[in-house]
Amino acid sequence: MHHQIEGSEAVARAVALCRPEVVCAYPITPQTHIVEGVGALVKKGQLTDCEFINVESEFAALSVAIGASAAGARTYTATASQGLLFMAEAVYNAAGLGLPIVMTIGNRAIGAPINIWNDHSDSMSMRDAGWIQLYAETNQEAVDLHIQAFRLAEELSCPVMVCMDGFILTHAYERIDLPSQQEVDAFLPRFEPVQVLDPAHPYSIGAMVGPEAFTEVRYLAHDKQVQALQLIPEIGQVFSEVFGRASGGLIHEYKSDGAETIVVALGSVNGTIKEVIDVMRGDGLAIGSVSICSFRPFPLDELRDALKSAKRVVVIEKNLAPGLGGVLASNVRMALRGATATVYTVIAGLGGRPILMNSLHDVFIAASEDKLTDVQFLDLNQAVVDLELERARTTRHSGPTAESILRQNAKVGE
Amino acid sequence: MSNTDPKLPYAITLDPGTSLANHTGSWRTFMPVYRDALPPCNNACPAGENIQGWLYHAEEGNYQAAWNVLVQDNPMPAIMGRVCYHPCESACNRKDLDEAVAVHAVERFLGDEALKQGWMPEATHADTGKRVLVVGAGPSGLSAAYHLRRLGHAVTIREAGPMAGGMMRFGIPKYRLPRDILDGEIARIVNFGVTLELNQKVEDIPAAFESEGFDAVFIAVGAHLAKRIDIPAHAAGRILDAASVLHDMETSPEPLQLGRRVIVYGGGNTAMDVARTAKRLGAEEAMIVYRRSRTEMPAHDFEATEAEQEGVLIHWLRTIKHIDETTFTVEKMEIDANGRPQATGEFETLEADTLIMALGQDVDTSFLQSVPGVKIARDGVVDVDEHMMTGYTGLFAGGDMVPSERTVTVAVGHGKKAAHHIDAWLKGQTYVKPAKHPLAAFDKLNTWYYDDAPQLVQPQLDIIRRQTSFDEVIGDLDESTALFEARRCLSCGNCFECDNCYGVCPDNAVKKLGPGKRFEFLYDFCKGCGLCAAECPCGAIDMIPEAS
Amino acid sequence: MTEHPSQSVKFYQTGTHTVGNRLLDETKRTVQASVDRSNAITSGHRACQGCGEALGARYALDSAMRATDGQLVAVNATGCLEVFTTPYPETSWQLPWLHSLFGNAPAVATGVAAAFRVKGRKDVRVIAQGGDGSTTDIGFGCLSGMFERNDDVLYICYDNEAYMNTGVQRSSATPPFARTATTQAIGEAPGNVFGTGKNLPLIAMAHNIPYVATASVADLHDLEYKVTKAMGMRGARYIHILVPCPLGWGSASDATIQVARLAIESGLFPLFEAEHGEVTQVSKIRRRVMAEDYLKVQKRFAHLFRKEGKDVDKIAVVQRMADHNIKRFGLMDEETAQ
Repeated sequence: MHHQIEGSEAVARAVALCRPEVVCAYPITPQTHIVEGVGALVKKGQLTDCEFINVESEFAALSVAIGASAAGARTYTATASQGLLFMAEAVYNAAGLGLPIVMTIGNRAIGAPINIWNDHSDSMSMRDAGWIQLYAETNQEAVDLHIQAFRLAEELSCPVMVCMDGFILTHAYERIDLPSQQEVDAFLPRFEPVQVLDPAHPYSIGAMVGPEAFTEVRYLAHDKQVQALQLIPEIGQVFSEVFGRASGGLIHEYKSDGAETIVVALGSVNGTIKEVIDVMRGDGLAIGSVSICSFRPFPLDELRDALKSAKRVVVIEKNLAPGLGGVLASNVRMALRGATATVYTVIAGLGGRPILMNSLHDVFIAASEDKLTDVQFLDLNQAVVDLELERARTTRHSGPTAESILRQNAKVGE
Repeated sequence: MSNTDPKLPYAITLDPGTSLANHTGSWRTFMPVYRDALPPCNNACPAGENIQGWLYHAEEGNYQAAWNVLVQDNPMPAIMGRVCYHPCESACNRKDLDEAVAVHAVERFLGDEALKQGWMPEATHADTGKRVLVVGAGPSGLSAAYHLRRLGHAVTIREAGPMAGGMMRFGIPKYRLPRDILDGEIARIVNFGVTLELNQKVEDIPAAFESEGFDAVFIAVGAHLAKRIDIPAHAAGRILDAASVLHDMETSPEPLQLGRRVIVYGGGNTAMDVARTAKRLGAEEAMIVYRRSRTEMPAHDFEATEAEQEGVLIHWLRTIKHIDETTFTVEKMEIDANGRPQATGEFETLEADTLIMALGQDVDTSFLQSVPGVKIARDGVVDVDEHMMTGYTGLFAGGDMVPSERTVTVAVGHGKKAAHHIDAWLKGQTYVKPAKHPLAAFDKLNTWYYDDAPQLVQPQLDIIRRQTSFDEVIGDLDESTALFEARRCLSCGNCFECDNCYGVCPDNAVKKLGPGKRFEFLYDFCKGCGLCAAECPCGAIDMIPEAS
Repeated sequence: MTEHPSQSVKFYQTGTHTVGNRLLDETKRTVQASVDRSNAITSGHRACQGCGEALGARYALDSAMRATDGQLVAVNATGCLEVFTTPYPETSWQLPWLHSLFGNAPAVATGVAAAFRVKGRKDVRVIAQGGDGSTTDIGFGCLSGMFERNDDVLYICYDNEAYMNTGVQRSSATPPFARTATTQAIGEAPGNVFGTGKNLPLIAMAHNIPYVATASVADLHDLEYKVTKAMGMRGARYIHILVPCPLGWGSASDATIQVARLAIESGLFPLFEAEHGEVTQVSKIRRRVMAEDYLKVQKRFAHLFRKEGKDVDKIAVVQRMADHNIKRFGLMDEETAQ
């Protein structure tokens, strides 16, 4: 059934359709509307047999989820940005314990400087925590990925993050096809945990493991992700059969077949990229794109295959690995090891900076002419940066950079 | 393997209780061991009673079981609970906590209960066919007879007098030992299978062996000849001896007339008894003259106290130097540095119409003069070897007639000891007393665990009735108070199954074996921390170095 | 004030001071006295000799197991108790047990309780437990949150007054003057110089939760009574158990219970219960000792008893803490308090 609703509301309803038994909530922009939505459904009695728990921190939120999941409840929470960092220890712990928690990340930048707008710094910081990370391109996909995430998590006993761009998706009103409860029930079986806290089977969960077994435990965590590479497309396939639309999977290719220049990106920016590609294809350029849906596990083989025709790959990266460049680009390079294509890293959209079609167009043109240098910052105000660098060189007590840049921006804008 | 279910996560999830594979006993440098130590009460008991043992049952309210343990050592608990000077209580560790356990009161309760209920001791041995003659039906003879019977021998007691009981009857006034109690316990010994022949003076010991065919003879005729001293007298009034007075009290059909003012000379328990008897017989003044002070007197302090309560006047540090009709000249004494009384040369006079000597008693050994091999020691008592046998083979002796402290309890102990020696001798063996455990000292106890519970006071007869009647002075504990008193026992040195060791072990290395079976250490897991020993209330656990 | 049942028992040789007592009615004996106790922590764990925490945890959990008829789940914070019970491949636990992190046990327990509630398993009860580090320091936020929500969890703190697992560092429960690896007994102010320690039972009471109690390994009957009572209630409950650590306190391994007893009898560790923020019951001091008697048996206070003389002033500070507790909680009857 189609609804014109906010992304967060759509996700809240999708989560509710998955019949979570415990939902933990702690507010952080831009994730708030999602848990508010779930909470309202519980309070209204539309989501029954669900404990909605307001906690005192993100650390507590995921910790409550850990306890609930270990006791056999289907468990959900959501966070973003600083909140994800504050729960970092529990993020690793949930994965280490193999608890199939599903968590939405309303992707947002990390401070300082504090910034509530979108980029991927938060979820990227947890990329190696052992969770599966799925990135939604649209709100429809966000809805669909959540439904798939529970099945994936529970089949593998592995937690899943569904990442959706803060504001761009979470706060966007779109037409969404929300499935019926019957459809979701048909797709998502009851949660049958492989281990559960149970007085009838009093296992100890969470033992201390020393050098004699730790490597094996970690190997098994890796193996679980490798299994997910099989499972994610399978579940995507089943999903499309039940719900009548393709959604999920490891990657989405767009006009990449035979393309010489291929753009790779995560999440909602792929929409903009596709529009630019359409324009450039119209201009006769052999350009396409690949949207990576599953960042963890990282689909090396599938991506390598998708990029096989490319002479160059442009990675649009909403994330910065200072001192290196881009995290996604590094992973893409892993996929292309031994291949001849050039990989360009373009850092874009940090802290909510709009990624404009024109800017992308210019970058893609430059790339197709191999005039792009690696680690480009899209729409960087070079004048401000130069001034600030100069000021810092000459003034020992130069003060906070962020404020200084704001002042410079004002001056430059005059 | 971390767990047995292949679906469960490897290493992080573990099967319950699997640490039992880890034997932490290897950490230990000291190991706990249960031990049994000798409680000071048992150690002090002249009758060799297992006091702690019978209190254990009494604590549970299982009085017959308690009494059964008691009569394994002493056939006369009702008597003992009244007349014993209870050295057990002087030794009791509880006196360092609050007050000693009133062992005697519980013993008396059990003894009285047995008489009321008609409990009989359990026979323990089959008949041996051996015959033993016991000469004298005092505490020692009765005790020996009883124990010999328990051991399966046929026993005959011959008593020269008309009644059994010896000094229990003829030395202890009935206000301390009512005669129904005495008669009851003697009757039980007789009913237990001992033949008692009264008015049968044994004159010829060898004949008992040769003509009558006794296999062994135990003599315990006591010491009933009053010691006398000569006091210069111008014209002496009436002079009696205490033993005769107390004897006559028992046998005389008419009430004795001792006079209006009576002086008792001596400072022992008999002196106290006879002075208190005089008071009860109507003496206006009953006085005791004793040459030393209260500190040195052989009588027990409580006896002097009770005598004084009843109006007996005690003249300490006085010797009688001269008697002139009713006027007694006494010399003041003082105690020298060696604790001996010395004359001071100061004199005073007392008025009295009767003097009762209470200066101790000697043994009548005349009937032994002709028995070959029997030796009489210098102070008139009979020599025995370490097996209580005299120089005449098969003839044993005990009680007041051998060197000993002359108390009923010691006599009863002699009877038991003699019975064991006679039994062994009859079997051609030597009786060896089981080795004693080390003494359970107060400092081994963890007294925190005992409830605060001061001794209960037995009721006492009011003073008027004490001065005018021979009713028993000290009353009974009732059942609940006897139970309370029994439960004051600390069980020094011996496990009483309080479960402390079982509870306080951080390693669950103590196994509880069930009621009456105590505990055992699981040395596979015991790390040797010592908490069990430190928290054992009664000091029944030792920590010993681990053998390397 | 309600009557404390373990105090109403009449004299039975050792009354209710010992673990068991063959003279007592079965129902009045401790769980620990029973051969059927669950031994929630079984043998083979790697706690130090004389570990108060191993003992306290078994006392508490066995009691809770009895109270819940075995329908119990334990959540454990990181710390000694967790490490010495569950080194792969062996666990000492015999009840369902979950360890997540150092600072989140109260929240994890909230989740476990929520899961059982939503599944209709009201019979299954949840205990969270940790040491003083995880309770008063790193897990304090989660604990306060659990209290505030009144989640159906009994949280038990085994307080040994420092971070023992990492080698005896100071925690906010470390008492003044105590030597730890981070408050060394050197310099002008040897030992712990910070305040008087965080009083978590009082902080718990300030949350107005249904039940708060303190307990000690030195008083098993009291401890079991409190755990049993707590398990008979719903909502957030907190029990703070003093568990001496021979290693960290420098006390003899066989003195663990004795030291805990001295803490009570000196007044330094008052035993009390509180319901909805109000103190409802206090255990009176039975045989009072001075603070000094408690301090001098522990090497962590050895610098107060140097050969050249006792540090009278500092000992007096601790005595004043004890006196204050005695007055504040009414630990002594009026006449004996004089």
